[in-house]
Amino acid sequence: MFKKILLAAPMAALLAVPNVEAADKIKVGVVLTLTTPASIMGRQMKAAYEVAYDHLGGKMGGKDFELIFEDDGLKPNIGKQKTEKLVKKDKVDFLTGYIWSHVMGASAPVALKAGKIFVSANAGHSLYAGKKCHKNFFNAAWENSQNPMAMGSLLNKRGVKNLYVLSLNYAAGKQMVAGVERTFKGNIVGKDLVPTSHKDWSAEIAKVKAAKPDGVFVFYPGAWGLAFFTQYKQAGLDKTTPVYSVFSVDGANLPVYQKRKMKQLIGTFNTMFWAPDLPNATNKRFVADFAKKYKGQIPSHYAAQSYDSLMLIAAGVKAAGGDAKNTDAVRKGMEAADFSSVRGKIKFGKNHFPVQNFYSRQVINKGGKWQMSLRETVVEDHAPVMSNECKL
Amino acid sequence: MNLAILKTPRGIYNSILILLCIFMPLIAPAIEQEFFTDVFARIMIVTIAAISLNLIMGYGGMISFGHAVFIGLGGYAVGIFASHGIESAYIQWPVGILVSGIFALIIGAISLRTRGVYFIMITLAFAQMIYFLSVSIEKYGSDDGLTIDARSDFGIPFFDLNDAMTMYYTVFVLMAGCLYLSYRIINSRFGRVMRAAKSNDERMHTIGYPTFGYKLTAFVIAGMMGGLSGLLSANFEDFVSPDMMFWTVSGELIFMVVLGGMGTIMGPLGGAIIFLFLSEVLSNITEAWHLIFGPFLILVVLFARGGVEGFFAKFEKRDD
Amino acid sequence: MNYVLLAEQFFNGFQLGIILFLVAAGLTLIFGIMDLVNLAHGTLYMFGAFFAATFVLLTDSLILGMIIALPVMLVAGILLELTVLRTLYERNHLDQVLATFGLIIFFNEFFLIAWGPEGTGINLPPYLSGIILLPGGITVPEYRMVIIVSGLLVALFLYLLVSKTRIGMLIRAGASNREMVGALGINIKLLFTLVFGLGAVLAGFAGMIITPITQAESGMGESILILAFVVIVIGGIGSIKGAFIAAILTGLIDTMGRSFIDVALLQIMNAVAAETAGPAISSMLIYILMAVILAIKPSGLFPPKGA
Repeated sequence: MFKKILLAAPMAALLAVPNVEAADKIKVGVVLTLTTPASIMGRQMKAAYEVAYDHLGGKMGGKDFELIFEDDGLKPNIGKQKTEKLVKKDKVDFLTGYIWSHVMGASAPVALKAGKIFVSANAGHSLYAGKKCHKNFFNAAWENSQNPMAMGSLLNKRGVKNLYVLSLNYAAGKQMVAGVERTFKGNIVGKDLVPTSHKDWSAEIAKVKAAKPDGVFVFYPGAWGLAFFTQYKQAGLDKTTPVYSVFSVDGANLPVYQKRKMKQLIGTFNTMFWAPDLPNATNKRFVADFAKKYKGQIPSHYAAQSYDSLMLIAAGVKAAGGDAKNTDAVRKGMEAADFSSVRGKIKFGKNHFPVQNFYSRQVINKGGKWQMSLRETVVEDHAPVMSNECKL
Repeated sequence: MNLAILKTPRGIYNSILILLCIFMPLIAPAIEQEFFTDVFARIMIVTIAAISLNLIMGYGGMISFGHAVFIGLGGYAVGIFASHGIESAYIQWPVGILVSGIFALIIGAISLRTRGVYFIMITLAFAQMIYFLSVSIEKYGSDDGLTIDARSDFGIPFFDLNDAMTMYYTVFVLMAGCLYLSYRIINSRFGRVMRAAKSNDERMHTIGYPTFGYKLTAFVIAGMMGGLSGLLSANFEDFVSPDMMFWTVSGELIFMVVLGGMGTIMGPLGGAIIFLFLSEVLSNITEAWHLIFGPFLILVVLFARGGVEGFFAKFEKRDD
Repeated sequence: MNYVLLAEQFFNGFQLGIILFLVAAGLTLIFGIMDLVNLAHGTLYMFGAFFAATFVLLTDSLILGMIIALPVMLVAGILLELTVLRTLYERNHLDQVLATFGLIIFFNEFFLIAWGPEGTGINLPPYLSGIILLPGGITVPEYRMVIIVSGLLVALFLYLLVSKTRIGMLIRAGASNREMVGALGINIKLLFTLVFGLGAVLAGFAGMIITPITQAESGMGESILILAFVVIVIGGIGSIKGAFIAAILTGLIDTMGRSFIDVALLQIMNAVAAETAGPAISSMLIYILMAVILAIKPSGLFPPKGA
């Protein structure tokens, strides 16, 4: 009885003051990391959402919409609080963004419990591709181990027999290692996962030298990459042993690498589902408009994913005839994914992760601007390996 | 207790704090800020940790710069059991509190034999050790943390933590319980020895009080209370991750205690409320809010050491 | 056992120890003499990194840039002392911890905004990018050798300063008996400012020489700060000699642990278990070392006399 009274009072208060202002406008909450050194990615992603907004003319399915950005400060609890705020205070219809698996792991349940559609624009938490898949959860990027699996195939193609594996000792770092181990057919002659607090690879580099591999697989995103590639060159390894990286050299940090004159990266290979010179009209337009919006930079894959995330939502709303509240119709529309993506045609598996190609890319210096250049298709129509664990 | 105390400014302020906690689920929807209910639940959970820190720091002079580790230990007790499908609160909760207590016993036994300043650094270092340990165990999510699918199950009909109101008032009752417990401890003989040891450890030792034992006991109690805060946090957030015990969280806990008024019963609650609202408001003003927050912290230390409670204490003296 | 690898890891561990020593020496001095717990000591390390990177970029010379950065570091340290830290000497440890925590929060944000989220860095000039070949096929990058040698020189300088000069005598006296120094009619305020400046230069120097290896980013000071705490707790707070020995010990154990623990574990458990336990144990190793030493000697290896 007591509980009923407690619940009834807020209900009454809710009904008494109807929310007039936001009745018609569709709201999309975007949670990104806009502070801390990690904001390097977050800022690019924010710009990409804005480009997508412009391309949509500020409308989805004929209705006006707005983007509400929030900063998670790279902390799961802050990300969760911001998500709660977006759901309960701003009453958004969709949630997207989310760079980090831990922030997403804390935040996604809030949105899903509230019946909102959630689109991860980066975090590729493997649980959500398998056991924890959810009808309202979409991922417009990839599952963590997909890209390193593609890298494993590339290593086979390039005839690497003995591989040394270097990564970070945290969840994504381990999923990267698991991914490359799944597809690489040669010998893994050594493996080191350094703690995230570490910025000095002296011990590991000495081990690489002693193991004499013909290639080194590397997962050192962000600031770790800056430090690692510097030391790799200082040890003289860049001349003898080629580096194959995933999520370490990308469009967001290439301008930084160039500023630091880290020429050892020119010519190195990495893999990704997309490249700025992927030939299709949507991509061309996106890359050109992104540069206008953001410091003249070439977009990174983070930006590409963000662009697709918003386009995916827009496709859903369009299919529902502009009724963003009709979640079932919106979801159907999103599953159909009838929009032109920066990756060309995009399709989703039943776990709502993209089934997509992965390409090899090489770092080149073109017109004085370091960039990624598309090389070959490494794997086609690749789906996350845990897809069949999803019971949707 | 003398009820007249409620009529002093400090009494009114403290009553408002408690009333806010009790009635927030009613107030929040009325002012169309439903999410304030969540904010307050989170405040009360943090308050429990702050109360436990206040107990050893405010009354015992032990500055623990690793107090967040207990939140982490309590939280992971829920997370790890839940990931194995063990959802019974009667397993999760005692284990969480016990593990926190044992860990406090070990680091307390090592660090309390040293001088005060060692204590700060050792608690910090051990907390970081557990932090790195949690990051390196992939089975339990590593830095991605663990999502908790089902909250602790007490097996009592109509008492289900998944229900928002039940969760909120469980947190409230436990916080109130911890406030009361700290009040009782401080005013007991044990508490008097502890306070005396804070001001003059050597003399207490000479007149025959085994201050080491008293301090260690207090530290273990505080550790267990910190573990309780972690248990609640894991249940409320449905999520645990190493971030909840990063060293900056310990720093923030200290700040909350000081902000509210160290060595006062109600200080931690006021401190937690002010701290969380301040960071919320500042972060909405500018992304670079730490530029304001850092100097604010320094100013509080330099000019407002007693915190809010200290302000009222001055006020009361002037009245006399 | 691969002895070349072992020898190379020894150099690497030693180099880490040198960096830790430079940070810990200032920390332990400042604590020993002024009784100040300075959490912002890691921030000074970050100062050094950013200042050096900026001056190296401006002058286009590694050596010139660092030479300019050193006095700038001294000035920055002294300014910090005069504005905030001086007022904290009379305060208790809690106030010191909180106020310096505030400094960390402020400066991390400040450097993030001023230099951008990507931070900054230093490229090694060709004459320092070579590799030294030692007997037995052991290779050590030239620059790492530079770090080791310059760190040892600083240690020697500190030893001479503390044991042979008048200032050193005051420092030693101050560490064991603060009142006595005051009674001698020494300008305590000036001494404190100088000591703080010295500590700032040492930490800044560590940040400078590590930047060509790790690059500089906001927040870089805190992980080294916590390690430095471990070092001075092991060494005995206030003791430079203790800081040196503990720093080298910590550097060696940490590096050796990361390199060989997984191999060692393979002897007693299966590969999967070793792979899981290896990083977990090696990340805890130095803390366990600290616990063991404290259990035997509660005041660290070399507690200063009178403490």
